[in-house]
Amino acid sequence: MISSNSAALTPLILLFMAVSIPIVALKKKQIAFFMVMIATSISVIISFYNIFRVLKVGTIHYHFGGWIPPIGIEYVLDPLSSFMCLVINVIALLVLIHSKKIVEMESKIKSVPYYALVLLMLCGFNGIILAGDLFNLYVFLEICSLSMYGLISVGEKQAPVAAFRYLIIGAVGSSFYLLGVGFLYITTGSLNMVDVRSIIPHLYNEPTIIVAISLMVIGFGIKMAVFPFHGWLPDAYTYAPTTSSALIAPTGTKIGAYAMLRILFFVFGVNYVSKTLHITDILAWLSAIGIIYGSIMAISQKEMKRMLAYSSVSQIGYIGLGIGLCNPMGLIGAVLHVMNHAIMKACLFLVAGNYRVKLGHSNIFKLSDNIRKKKPWTTAAFTVGALSMVGIPPTVGFFSKWYLVLGTIKNSSWVFLAVLLISSLLNAIYFFRVLEKVYLKPIRSTNLEELNMPENNKKDEVSSSALIPVLILAIALIVLGLLNTIIVKGIIEKMIPAGM
Amino acid sequence: MIDFFLGHYGYWFAILLMCLGLYGAIMKKNLIKKLIGIAIFQTSIIIFFVASSSKWGATVPIFDEKIGVANTAKYINPLPHTLMLTAIVVGVATMGVAFALVISIFQKYKTLDESVLLKRMKKDNDI
Repeated sequence: MISSNSAALTPLILLFMAVSIPIVALKKKQIAFFMVMIATSISVIISFYNIFRVLKVGTIHYHFGGWIPPIGIEYVLDPLSSFMCLVINVIALLVLIHSKKIVEMESKIKSVPYYALVLLMLCGFNGIILAGDLFNLYVFLEICSLSMYGLISVGEKQAPVAAFRYLIIGAVGSSFYLLGVGFLYITTGSLNMVDVRSIIPHLYNEPTIIVAISLMVIGFGIKMAVFPFHGWLPDAYTYAPTTSSALIAPTGTKIGAYAMLRILFFVFGVNYVSKTLHITDILAWLSAIGIIYGSIMAISQKEMKRMLAYSSVSQIGYIGLGIGLCNPMGLIGAVLHVMNHAIMKACLFLVAGNYRVKLGHSNIFKLSDNIRKKKPWTTAAFTVGALSMVGIPPTVGFFSKWYLVLGTIKNSSWVFLAVLLISSLLNAIYFFRVLEKVYLKPIRSTNLEELNMPENNKKDEVSSSALIPVLILAIALIVLGLLNTIIVKGIIEKMIPAGM
Repeated sequence: MIDFFLGHYGYWFAILLMCLGLYGAIMKKNLIKKLIGIAIFQTSIIIFFVASSSKWGATVPIFDEKIGVANTAKYINPLPHTLMLTAIVVGVATMGVAFALVISIFQKYKTLDESVLLKRMKKDNDI
């Protein structure tokens, strides 16, 4: 029974736990954390099970209530959706382990409703990934967006304003998507993605289809924070509490990227979007601008979280560029970068959180030299994450860029190749700036006594629940980098849509 | 030409509302007015969906012996209406979250005017 229903289980368990947390943990706050752990662990296990099952038997269609689509609702588990599910659930589990002490430490956060919101958001993510029809995607998009606004708003003093701004932009974005669904439904008469895919080739000349695709691309562009729509992102990530930004930064924008990929290539068709409408070209150019813009803005930031937020804008650009290249190599690069960036950003945001907990700030220029003695492991994890961001070979960051570069060469789009290379250099500038600050200077002090005082050089590492996830992520960056051919050959190459 | 305008007046109305809503959400300085803009924008989409399923000379999609099952042109498509019920709920939830945020902003900054708010935020950031 479990195995035949496994496709629908992840969103269901997360939703059930999200609703039951406020009731069960009403009297005892500590239960909330354990319930979150149980829910996310189960969803990770199910995701692993699903991905192996998909690799064995191929795409799984799960029909709700036994109604056969297009009349009924279905969840689709194909290599792409099972892979995305796995990435998101694993990252969420690690970040939530990290949150054990952090959530209570950060001011004023009530842990019980906070964890309920987190699970609701994860339910939305899983639902978006699995949804096989356009309207369900909208509903789950709203579920996850609404909980994201809540999760952001509990941060610093400025956080509600950032969340409000995100809400205004996000509500317009999802409304645009809904409008696009309306146009598509009027023209095709169906909401099921597979069904729409089979109907749509007869309607390629209809102007309503072109309107629908434009509206949907704008809607997901806002969710994904592609260059001109990125305005909400830096403030939201900076002012959100650590756990929120470490959860939303690696996963939230990727969901937009996933939905964009799904709609463009699996609903409208590869040739139509690339050869007829050239929408992928527009996406690629916007992403290229975003890559450079995000990197340059990141260089000028003093705050580590804000720097990481701007670097998110640029990293999302890589994914958009990979989708926009519209060839197999670019797509492999984009999907691999979804995973890589999720791991890297989770790692770096958690490190920034650890600094905030221990030092009270994460201002790059105030980081003292002896931090490498005090927090050797956290700083080492930051280094691995930074190297991966720049794209130094054994780490995962190198390989996704490698595939993207192969994609640009295949399309002979030399401008994008130049953008990729320049942005790697810019990444190097803003990450090595931090590394130089913490590693390269000799530990000096105004007088020798202060230097020899034991408490200045004593290890002052964060608690193990906050350290282990960071280290796991940092090790994963190297291990997955070495194993990248297995991932690409085994899973990602199976995702390439027909006709690409 | 006149037919084109009059024949689609539901859609024209939706477009008008949509522009109004977007204008409000973007241009108004007061946060509550921004939210009113968003609400109008979402409502316009609901009107768009409902208008798309309207049909002259058709009836509610309940089996009628006089019409029969095969003659589907005589029934109105119920799906857009049901979709919009969900969209209305989503809109209400969005408004709920938005008002909670507005309350939280007002408690922290004692203003709902965006330009004053930005000034006070800037002061915070400088410290």
